[in-house]
Amino acid sequence: MPPLLSVRDLKVELPIGGSFFPAVDGVDFDLQAGEALAIVGESGCGKTLTARALMNLLPEGSRIGGSVLYRGRDLLALNENAWRHLRGREIAMVFQEPAAALDPVQTVGDQILEALMAHVSLSRADALARARRILEEVSLPDPDRALSEYPHRLSGGQRQRACLAIALAADPSLLIADEPTTALDATIAAEVLDLLDRLRRERGLGLLLITHDLGVVAGHTDRAIVFYAGRVAEEAATEDFFRTPLHPYSRGLLASAPRRGAGPHERFRAIPGAVPDLAFRPRGACAFAPRCPDRFEPCDEREPELVLVGGTKARCFLYESRVGPVDSQQSTADSPS
Amino acid sequence: MISELLRVEKLRKTYSRRGGLAPRSDGRIPALDGVSFSIAPGETLGLVGESGSGKTTTGRLLLRFEQPDSGKVLFQGEDWLSLEGEALRRRRRDIQIVFQDPQTSLNPRMRVGDQIAEPLRIQKLAPRRELPAKVASLLAAVGLAPEAAERFPSEFSGGQRQRVAIARALATAPKLLVCDEPVSALDVSVAAQIINLLLDLQERTGLALLFISHDLAVVERLADRLLVLYRGRVVEEGPTASIVARPLHPYTAALLSAASDLNPLSRHSRIVLPGDAASSQPVAGGCPFEPRCPIARPRCREETPRLEPVESPHRAACFFPGELAVGAGARFPTGAERVPEESST
Repeated sequence: MPPLLSVRDLKVELPIGGSFFPAVDGVDFDLQAGEALAIVGESGCGKTLTARALMNLLPEGSRIGGSVLYRGRDLLALNENAWRHLRGREIAMVFQEPAAALDPVQTVGDQILEALMAHVSLSRADALARARRILEEVSLPDPDRALSEYPHRLSGGQRQRACLAIALAADPSLLIADEPTTALDATIAAEVLDLLDRLRRERGLGLLLITHDLGVVAGHTDRAIVFYAGRVAEEAATEDFFRTPLHPYSRGLLASAPRRGAGPHERFRAIPGAVPDLAFRPRGACAFAPRCPDRFEPCDEREPELVLVGGTKARCFLYESRVGPVDSQQSTADSPS
Repeated sequence: MISELLRVEKLRKTYSRRGGLAPRSDGRIPALDGVSFSIAPGETLGLVGESGSGKTTTGRLLLRFEQPDSGKVLFQGEDWLSLEGEALRRRRRDIQIVFQDPQTSLNPRMRVGDQIAEPLRIQKLAPRRELPAKVASLLAAVGLAPEAAERFPSEFSGGQRQRVAIARALATAPKLLVCDEPVSALDVSVAAQIINLLLDLQERTGLALLFISHDLAVVERLADRLLVLYRGRVVEEGPTASIVARPLHPYTAALLSAASDLNPLSRHSRIVLPGDAASSQPVAGGCPFEPRCPIARPRCREETPRLEPVESPHRAACFFPGELAVGAGARFPTGAERVPEESST
């Protein structure tokens, strides 16, 4: 089956002081229907820009390159009119900051109805019933009241769930979720993620989950892509990623993440330093080299290619000598069905 | 018997309601409803709970940003809440705070060195000519170079800004540092650096920490004891190891079951709680957790359980302590469940 979403050589360049810098640099991946793919990384790694590029929501003045095929159609070539048909109906997005995504002068109910009726022909009564059911599904308390409330009267967590309800209203095939649970309390986040799992299973929803939370990746995704400085550092099946992370950055991330069961006063294994600013990234060298515990000669001389090791792709010289580079035009063959 | 640094008794604080999906009953909601705890010198107490649990309010009251409706705070045996004017100003040096977001807690127009020196000047803790040396040693203590003093907050990364905020909080050599979600806004790899820094500082200085967080995976590592808050009440209290190994309150069990687990093969059954804390209004006189509790019985609507020792010093406010174990929730389909295939080596 062809993938739901196929991204090739995606490039997003941002203008800084008159020149363009690649914030997303040659990213490839595929996403199947029903699959959950995580894009993991820290601030400034390009994960949010990637999500926005897919939705044609890039900041003014940025440049985009590459191709994004959704069911075979190139999204980067669509005009705004064609986008209007796709957005919401086929591809929906939830953002990290729900306050910015909601219309402050419209009730939650009206916003769900708007999303619904733009794409599905329903009587107002049927649409209302469906809106109510969606609010129940996202665990918003007192759905009847929520329908008639304005966003400012909801708590942050409730607003995020309202956003999710709007995104899911027209039953999209692909949901791009940028840190959808970061603003939520743990017990509520767990419920929302369980709902997304169910929609994938029952309706074949494809989920692109942008997150920094490795616990969410472990619990709710099939595959994970680790971004570092705008590049794919590693792509692996979720189980493989947690069992045998290959890239030194992946290993560092996993080691520094808080995990249950550690002893009291046990130190975290932090990665020294910080992610370099876009304008100060090493060019023509491995971007992670300055922070890397495994740094050796080639790391500062040129940039490693993404190489296939077992089922995992890693961009690191530790592996490049052993195997050949991945053909960037080849699709990910072995994603779970 | 360990001497107490801080003792908090029956703190109560009520705010008037502003919106939300909670039932609009009397328009007043208690943010803190009789919270008591103590902290020993050099100890770390973890304050855990979700939005609206009262954890941030607790910190604000200790800092004297606002006054409680009732209750008592004794700091080194002294009545902390009745301190006024000059006496309060002088004693503020003993309790300092680090906030979640250094972006907003630091002054963007003031050089970092001046911000760190400010509490020293106000508290008259060092003569003017000694300030630069003091600032440099504080910067060194948080792992920043002395040149950082000349720069503005915007020239630093999020993790470095949080280091600056910690240096400023440490300037007055406080005995208690309140940390309100100090790493929630930071990237994982940087958050780990800051936690390690706090652990190091505590080892070096014998500072006591009140560590407020929603993230049990972080608190578990730091805290000697935990206090779990739900709707302004302490529902469980005890040594961290004992709470984590065997939570007695069903809310704690649910929190633990929802906490980050980095093993994709152990997608354990989660304890699913209906609704959220803010909108699940309990029956008057009943247990505050009853509306969301998976093991509630009729008694829970009739009486409010008191915080009682179950296995001393591990205490819980539940009529059926320990009944709900982590992983014992209804098997909830996670969709991504797969039988792990034998790895072919």
